[in-house]
Amino acid sequence: MSKKILLEHIDVPGIETLAVYREKGGYASVEKALKTMTPDAIVEEVKKSGLRGRGGAGFPTGMKWSFLAKPEGVARYLVCNADESEPGTFKDRYLMEKIPHALIEGMITSSFALGANTSYIYVRGEYFYIIKILEKAIADAYAAGWLGKNILGTGYDLDLYVQAGAGAYICGEETALLESLEGKRGNPRIKPPFPAIAGLYGCPTVVNNVETIAAVVPIVNNGGDWYAGIGIGKSTGTKLISASGHINKPGVYEIEMGITVEDFIYSDEYCGGIKNGKKLKAVVAGGSSVPILPAEMILTTANGEKRLMSYESLADGGFATGTMLGSGGFIVMDETTSIVQNLHTFARFYHHESCGQCSPCREGTGWMEKILHKILDGHGTLEDVDLLWEIQRKIEGNTICPLGDAAAWPVASAIRHFRHEFEEYVKNPAAIKDVKHYHNMHKLATA
Amino acid sequence: MAKVTIDGQTIEVADGTTILQAARMIGPEVAPPTMCYYSKLKTSGGYCRTCLVEVSKGSEKDPRPMPKLVASCRTTIMDGMEVKNMTSDKVIDARKGVVEFLLLNHPLDCPVCDQAGECQLQDLGYEHGSAKTRTDFERRTFDKIDIGNKIQLHMTRCILCYRCVKTAEQITDGRVHGVLNRGDASEISTYIEQAIDNDFSGNVIDVCPVGALTDKTFRFKSRVWFTKPVDAHRDCDKCSGKTVVWYKGEDVLRVTGRKDQWGEVEEFICNTCRFDKKKTSDWTIEGPRAISHQSVISANHYTKMVKPRELTLNNIKTIALTEGENK
Repeated sequence: MSKKILLEHIDVPGIETLAVYREKGGYASVEKALKTMTPDAIVEEVKKSGLRGRGGAGFPTGMKWSFLAKPEGVARYLVCNADESEPGTFKDRYLMEKIPHALIEGMITSSFALGANTSYIYVRGEYFYIIKILEKAIADAYAAGWLGKNILGTGYDLDLYVQAGAGAYICGEETALLESLEGKRGNPRIKPPFPAIAGLYGCPTVVNNVETIAAVVPIVNNGGDWYAGIGIGKSTGTKLISASGHINKPGVYEIEMGITVEDFIYSDEYCGGIKNGKKLKAVVAGGSSVPILPAEMILTTANGEKRLMSYESLADGGFATGTMLGSGGFIVMDETTSIVQNLHTFARFYHHESCGQCSPCREGTGWMEKILHKILDGHGTLEDVDLLWEIQRKIEGNTICPLGDAAAWPVASAIRHFRHEFEEYVKNPAAIKDVKHYHNMHKLATA
Repeated sequence: MAKVTIDGQTIEVADGTTILQAARMIGPEVAPPTMCYYSKLKTSGGYCRTCLVEVSKGSEKDPRPMPKLVASCRTTIMDGMEVKNMTSDKVIDARKGVVEFLLLNHPLDCPVCDQAGECQLQDLGYEHGSAKTRTDFERRTFDKIDIGNKIQLHMTRCILCYRCVKTAEQITDGRVHGVLNRGDASEISTYIEQAIDNDFSGNVIDVCPVGALTDKTFRFKSRVWFTKPVDAHRDCDKCSGKTVVWYKGEDVLRVTGRKDQWGEVEEFICNTCRFDKKKTSDWTIEGPRAISHQSVISANHYTKMVKPRELTLNNIKTIALTEGENK
């Protein structure tokens, strides 16, 4: 059931250049949109397509666009969120590196639909080589008349800028991204107002993920109904999945929504099965923040059906037995993986990346990391496991931005599904000695 | 106008009022505690999460409850909204958690802290916290920095409410301090040690809810509950000159702004009034400052103080003797 839309021409040599990209039908959506469509008609097509935000939250893009306030005489902005920092997610990097013009084209078409005359691509600072690729692509697009004043003689002006972040996960949160883009400390804003009303420089702003914007191109070219026909139910279209972990073929795969998880893990077309013939233990299906699921739960839902790669199916059963599609960071763990140690790594990340603005996240993330460290050091108690559960419960939902939830969910799910492993570590600290990664890390930290 | 019901008490307020403001209008029994919100500072609030409340009914038009607890200081009311503060178990539980988080790395050095007795974190911990600690990890410390000869910074006590940053931004001419670093390593600091020194910089002391920013001219001079506050004023060309002067015996130990029942100053005062006018002759005394009877400061408030009944040694003796004789 292979279906490639975004990555259709990924293997064409020179696809990163404007000339080859044009040969393969690139920039057709800009021509179609600017010459034959009204902005509202494009928004309508995107609504029809059922496209959902690919950054993780899965909010319907067309609806997000229609929320954009349009007061007279006030600038509007489109900002592309390319601050891809969720552990386990690397799809945007792949797309921007291989086919930068797909993003540029999407930005032009989407900006036109939203009535934005200035747009930004906010790229995470660690992707500095991608910034160069994008800047080259933008310069070429300017030279060819796809950007700048009076594009294609239609009277539509658009300036597109690339802005580098400085290496903060929190700047992937849309309001923190806007603060950072304005040159301020990247702290999430308190909502409301939402960016659609008051975003960048206080003007109405739409913030979309790279993959979302790239998906606008085929939607404009082929129509919303065509896109809605791909996929399953409310999970329309294709999704880029970043597959990593103990699998034979890690990498970025474009899947049509609705293939089974089992298929994705074991078929040779995608992950190619578990490495070294080991058994599957657990999967984090959508980037480090979504709940981890043990093998049996990720393959089948609570009512015995095969679990599919779609927003709905992965979320089936709520957090008790389900998880989320998230950003598509698919991390596979085999039987040798220590869930506690993995959780410690995640907790360390969220502790390091908390912005420190609101107290539950600032203090709670560090506390959880310390307790996990204590358990891995062989000094944990059963009360510590209960305390971890309590802390995550007090963080979840009580913070300004979703980073608090993102830090709480992995802890909650690991305890929910793998409590026995925590208890074993507490009762039998000798078992931890087998966890070699932890010891290497510990040596590094104390060296 | 919009009607809002908080803990069963209904009030009609202007559109755009926040839940917290409406609750304060009803009275202290329903007002959520605040650590970072300050009504005199724009865009303050939302950080500490102590004022979280449950919205059990969104509005008359859309009666659905809000899915999460909301920060009452930053949520505007809708007509027909119903809010639960102390009547909600969820709120009480979450608030207990917030207090625990705020105290997690707090040094609890109240015995040597100048803020003790008028500390909002002490009040919060007493009213909404738990008596037991669940952490035995080493608490966070910071390198000490000197921010000038008037203001003392104790970063370990800071709860990062951002009030002092907003004060410097909105009240003074130039802000030289802010928050450096990220997460639990964030600290209030001046970039490359600079003195925080301008005409209104002293107000950061008054807005600080804890003992992170204290008055160096008052440092270690007295516990606040041994001092007596009086309202006083003077002609000042920079500020209103309306202050509270804190006496110990005949000596003026410190001068602060006048704080209302929510612990917020009525008017910001200038550094001259605060730091340089430490003689009774500098001031026109208006009278004793009304202090909440719950405050530890009022324990020594002289309007309430009753002269102790004279007990002479003879009196005691007589009683003792009488009792003895009866036997």
